[in-house]
Amino acid sequence: MSEELIIKTNGEDRRVEPGSTIVDLLQSLDIDPRMVAVELNRVIVRKTEFENTKLSDGDEVELVHFVGGG
Amino acid sequence: MTTSVTDPIETPLVIGERQFRSRLLVGTGKYKDNPTMVEAIGASGAEVVTVAVRRIDLDRTKEEGILFHLDPEKYFLLANTAGCYTAEDAIRYSRLAREAGFNEFVKLEVLGDQETLLPDVAGLIEATETLVKEGFKVMAYTNDDLITACRLEDAGCVSVMPLASPIGSGLGLINPYNIRTIKKRLSVPVIVDAGVGTASDACVTMEQGVDGILMNTALAEARDPVGMAHAMRHAVVAGRQAYLSGRMPTREIAVPSSPTTGMMD
Repeated sequence: MSEELIIKTNGEDRRVEPGSTIVDLLQSLDIDPRMVAVELNRVIVRKTEFENTKLSDGDEVELVHFVGGG
Repeated sequence: MTTSVTDPIETPLVIGERQFRSRLLVGTGKYKDNPTMVEAIGASGAEVVTVAVRRIDLDRTKEEGILFHLDPEKYFLLANTAGCYTAEDAIRYSRLAREAGFNEFVKLEVLGDQETLLPDVAGLIEATETLVKEGFKVMAYTNDDLITACRLEDAGCVSVMPLASPIGSGLGLINPYNIRTIKKRLSVPVIVDAGVGTASDACVTMEQGVDGILMNTALAEARDPVGMAHAMRHAVVAGRQAYLSGRMPTREIAVPSSPTTGMMD
């Protein structure tokens, strides 16, 4: 029996399956990995590492992208 | 019958070893809709376009992001650190921007005050020093103080960007003397950022000798952003050409333009 992990994504709590990777998280949110920058516990995750990076309980993830600005 | 006029050839704007034809840089914020933004940016002739870095709205991930509307192959996307009030935040946003983006340039903002959005100079210098060591090409939004501008250049900025007046104020060039002084002293390109409101502001600013202008609100909040973008494109070229041509002196007495001899009795 494996329990779901609780991670914070952009400040909101989210449940994910144990063993989930960044790629899984992005897929569950319908986010194109090419269009996002990812920070895991304040450390940037390179795009090439998305599928190798597993999430742990209590992780804090920031998903950012470009928007209009001056 | 009309005669066609060929404009003088303009030298490129060089920032951090990248060359640009246009000396008008524009932002992408505050437009009423994306089609207006795209058309205005097109009319401006700008090649460098700023963007901000923000959390993805997890409830609206299917909405088209800015990269859908502005092709990164066509435009040079310059990420900013808008909204950052500490060096630490600005550094964090810069690193994420580089990861998300297409180049190592950053328009560095470290703000000191919410009402005026004036910069925190100490924070700017601290962030610049860290970012330069990490290989960033830092273009620093700053105030119009000469000493601050010199410190930012010393810290390794590839461009210093003094404000004409506060962001979004549309007050135009409040202190031409300060901007002129900064331009005469610095070696890196000086690009005036913030406060330009209408075409005459842009023209007067370029007449101080600066290398370029960055504007956002002047276009986005014009009644006709596309029309204003055309005006600004001309204004930046006109101001630059006037500067390069060396204006006439001012004087406090009149000197006639027509001959004083040959008048009838």
